This record gives sequence, C-alpha cells and structure tokens, in this order.
Amino acid sequence: MRIVFKTNYMQDIRPWKDAYQLCLYLILLAVVAAAPWWLDDFYLGELTNVLIWAIAGLGLMILTGHTGQVSLGHATFLAFGCYANVILLEAGVPFLIAFPLAGILTGLAGVTVAIPALRLHGIYLAIFTMALSILMDDVIVLAEPITGGVAGKYLGGVEIFGFLVDRWGTPVQFFWLVLGVAVLVTLGYINLLRAPLGRSFIAVRDSEVSAQAMGVDIARTKMISFALSCAVSGWAGALMGMFSGAFNNETFSVLISIQLLMMIVIGGLGSIHGAFLGAIVIGFLPQFLSISKEYVGAVFGGNTVAIPGLEFGIFGMILIAFILFEPMGLYGRWLKIRTWFELFPFYRKDMFKRQKSYLKTERLR
Amino acid sequence: MSLLEFENVTLKFGGLTAVNDLSFEVEEGEIFAIVGPNGAGKSTVFNLISRFYDPYTGNIRYDGHDLLKAKPSGVAAYGVARTFQNIELFEHATVLQNLLVGRHRHRKSNMLSEVLFLPSARRQELENREKVEEIIDFLDLQAFRDKMISGLPYGVRKVVEVARALATDPKLLLLDEPASGLSVEETTDMRWWIDDMRRQMAITVLMVEHDMGLVSGVSDRVLAMADGAKLALGTPAEVQSHPAVVEAYLGKAS
Repeated sequence: MRIVFKTNYMQDIRPWKDAYQLCLYLILLAVVAAAPWWLDDFYLGELTNVLIWAIAGLGLMILTGHTGQVSLGHATFLAFGCYANVILLEAGVPFLIAFPLAGILTGLAGVTVAIPALRLHGIYLAIFTMALSILMDDVIVLAEPITGGVAGKYLGGVEIFGFLVDRWGTPVQFFWLVLGVAVLVTLGYINLLRAPLGRSFIAVRDSEVSAQAMGVDIARTKMISFALSCAVSGWAGALMGMFSGAFNNETFSVLISIQLLMMIVIGGLGSIHGAFLGAIVIGFLPQFLSISKEYVGAVFGGNTVAIPGLEFGIFGMILIAFILFEPMGLYGRWLKIRTWFELFPFYRKDMFKRQKSYLKTERLR
Repeated sequence: MSLLEFENVTLKFGGLTAVNDLSFEVEEGEIFAIVGPNGAGKSTVFNLISRFYDPYTGNIRYDGHDLLKAKPSGVAAYGVARTFQNIELFEHATVLQNLLVGRHRHRKSNMLSEVLFLPSARRQELENREKVEEIIDFLDLQAFRDKMISGLPYGVRKVVEVARALATDPKLLLLDEPASGLSVEETTDMRWWIDDMRRQMAITVLMVEHDMGLVSGVSDRVLAMADGAKLALGTPAEVQSHPAVVEAYLGKAS
C-alpha cells in the first residue's frame, strides 16, 4: 500500500495525490493522444465517439452526480448545442468562436429551463426534463426555417487555423479536437470540485437544509449547476453533430437522454471517472455485441440476423445488474478492487457500506 | 442591546400553536439553554432563527438587524451557525469537505476563477484550510480528516456537525441537542468544548438540551418552555426549582 506523507496543504488542494499518480494519468493521456498511430480509422472513430459520450456524461454528471438533480432530458441540450454550432457556422462565424459560443448559449438555455425546474425534486424533475426531451423533437420540426426540420442539416468539415477538421476527411484531426475538448472539460471539472462551488453542489445534493444553514443559496446553486451542465452538454452535442455529419429531429431523441443517464449510473454517479467508464461501456457495447454475435454464429451456427432491440435489452439488463449489485457503478467496483489489493489480507466486506439512499434530497416528498 | 431578541413571536401550523407569544433575549457572550418536554417548541425556535419558518406574528432581531428580512441562506452571512437534532451532514463527502462547506459564507471567488483555479482561488483554498485546521485541532478530529461521513460512528458525526458550524466563524452558535446520544465521556468533552467556545472564540451559544447536567454545568441562563410558551427564565438553579417547570415535567401533586 502506498502511503502519501503529507507535509503541505497544497498536497490536498492540487488535483493529484503524488507524482506516481500524476505519471499514471500523463501516460494514459499520452497513450490516448497517440491513438492514431496504434488504431486504424474505424477504431479511431469509435474512440472519438466514446470521448464525445464522455464529455456528454461529464455534463450530466455535474447536474445529476454532483448536484443530485436527475435529468432525463439532456438530449435536449445536446440538440441545442449541435444546432447552435451549425447555425453559427452557417452564418459564417469561425469555428473557434462558434463552438464555445454554442456551449455558452446552451448554458443560458439551461438556466431558462432551470427556473421552473428549481421547485421540482426527484421523480418530478425527471418527468419534467423528460417532457423537455420529447418537446425538443417537435420544436425542431416546427422551427423548420432555422433547423431544417425533418430533413435535418448537414455539416462538412470546419477549419481551425487553416487545418481542415472533418470526421471523414481527416479523422485524426477530428480525434485530437475531441480529445482536446475532453481534456479541457475534465480539467475544469476537477478545478470545480476542489473549489467552493463544487462543494456547494455536493452540499445541495446531500442535505438541502444544512446547505442552506451554511449560507449556500439553494436556488442559485442549482441554477449554476444547470448552466454548467448544459454548457458542457452543448459542446458534446456540437461534437456529436460534427461526428455524425447529418442530423435531424430524431437524432437527439429521448432515448439518447435515457442512455446518457444509464451511462453515468453504470460508470458511477458522483465521479469524473464514472463518466469515462460509462462512456466506454455505452460506446463499445454495440461493437462488442455485433462481434460476439458473429462469433456465436460462427461457432454454433444458426442465423446471425439482427435481433431487434437486442442492444437496448442488454443495456437494460446491465443497468438492472448495476443497480442491484453495484450502485456505485464501475468506478465504485474499481475502488473496492483497489482497496482489496492495498489492504490485503485485511479487506472487510462492509468497508464500502452500501447506502440505502444515494441522493438524500432526492427522496420523494 | 441584546444579540438576539424574540419579541412576541407566535407560529401556528394549522390549528397547532407551535410557539405561543414567546419573548426572550440572548445577551452577547452568554450561554443560553432552552429546556422543555418533547413538543414544547424548542427546535421550532431554532428553525425560526434559521428562517425555515415565517412567524405568524412578532419580531426576531439579531444584532440590530431585522432577521425576518433575511433569506434562509442569508442567516449564515450574519454569523449565525447551527447544528441539527437529527444530524444533517453531507454524507457522501469527507469530514474535511464538510468543514470546508462551512467556509462557504466567506467565499470571495467567482465561478470563472474557480473553474480556471486562478491563484486567487488557490489562496482562498489555503486560507479556508488553515481556518478549518484550527477547528479540527480544537475538536480533536485529526484522525477523521479524510474519512467519509457515511462510515463514521454517531458520536463523531455529532462532533463533526459542531465543527462544521464552527468553521463558519459564527458569532451566535445554535446547538440543537449537542449531547443527545453521546456517552458520558463524550458529553463531558462537549461540556468543556462549549465552555471553550465562549472563552477562546467569543461565541454566544444558544442550545436546546435535555441533559440537565450539561445545562446546569455550562449555561448562564435557562429558558424553560412547554406547549410553545415560556414557563420560566433564569439561572439553571432558579428554573429547576420553579413550580411551573416541576409541574410541566412531573405533573401536579394531588
């Protein structure tokens, strides 16, 4: 077991525990950044997709994992960011301005939504946000002059400092763009969590009454959380639009919202790692399923025709298994395994006591 | 002028009068205890000060301010901190994080400087940490600094809650049953801590407590309540021998 000897408060304030941990994460970043050299274009595309989902997951994690406000409608903000980005680009705004602006606009949209949502808790908030997601579909169709309606919109490559960044034309450049955004968002998130604002999110999640007694303005804090969460989702949506190239009112359906929530639950609520681990599961599962279907077909014979709903069925089963056996998600499981090795042979089963209510303030009222 | 003044405060929940025409004053620097049987309205008095409830009639003044004009989250800014009868800690955070939330009312940074973690945010974190460490030393919580609240025993949680309230750097501290559920040794510790808060930190303490040993040992004045109304107010000895108090607890001699 590694014991970090602390001699300075900065050791608790800086994001990494010690040089060893910092090295691990830098190596991970280097290996991922070098992906174009060890992955072919297909898998590079898949990795890009996973990173985009991870950014979207980070967005929802701020709101649901850290502030305790369940949202079943985050596809709305993905869509908003995506359309805002494209519409700005079509208006001739350069990408380096259009992209950040798309996120900021989505954040402002999030605040507008947050005002009526502030009074809602738990399942009522989930229903409210889910309704938003369904509504967005119709809004996109109705606002056809701006959004292109059912026919949708197309987005080719964009230019950054004279380099063409295009999902199909230059997948490597697009991958680095996505990786850059993911790293920046993650760094911002880490900073947030070690600052008063991040702690006030956690305070609102765990006990609204005592957060209030400590001087945390609940309404304001929730509003800021909505804003940040939606801004990050907006960026993820903009990248999703660039990734798929073409999109319409059905691209960001309520199913995407549900998938997003499932993702962070599987990954582990309330941790940055959770967003990434969940994205890996959600991103690679379809490929894993189709490969294993071929394998099953080859070994046992029988038809390998697509079974309708197989993917969602398996997602559902994985989610049920996680909620039953590992409510802390993949990251929680990893923490347990790590502790088991660190403390071997002194690990006790109840060291991570299972919490009956994860979100205290989310109990039905 | 008194630090905290209740003036003819009445609070009704439907037909139930929780607090009935209550008036009292807490002087700066004193330890003031509220006692009374269950349902006497003691915790309601705390919740009125925390602005969780609006009184039906009457006035609450704190340090010259009209407290009824403050928002619930604005009460802390006046330097009023509190603990809760049923511990209300942030369960899925460490002790250190809980105490740092207590520093929230001193936050000077804004969202942008925190997301970028500018040097000003870093300086603020170091300042907060130093203040919190003083509290950790004061209440002997060193061993629990990085522990999650959800894994802590009851007695420690109780102390952490007091620590979090102290971390706000309060002028008036409201303790809602600080000794309930504590062992004899822990209660004795709590008694000295409350005493030290006044001596070393110049904090005025208003507490609700059932343990008469603690109340008479530490408090300067005691308010006895029953059915939302004032029964007696005076030194611990005066209140304990007051006929109305004896009657409220033991009933009338036949």
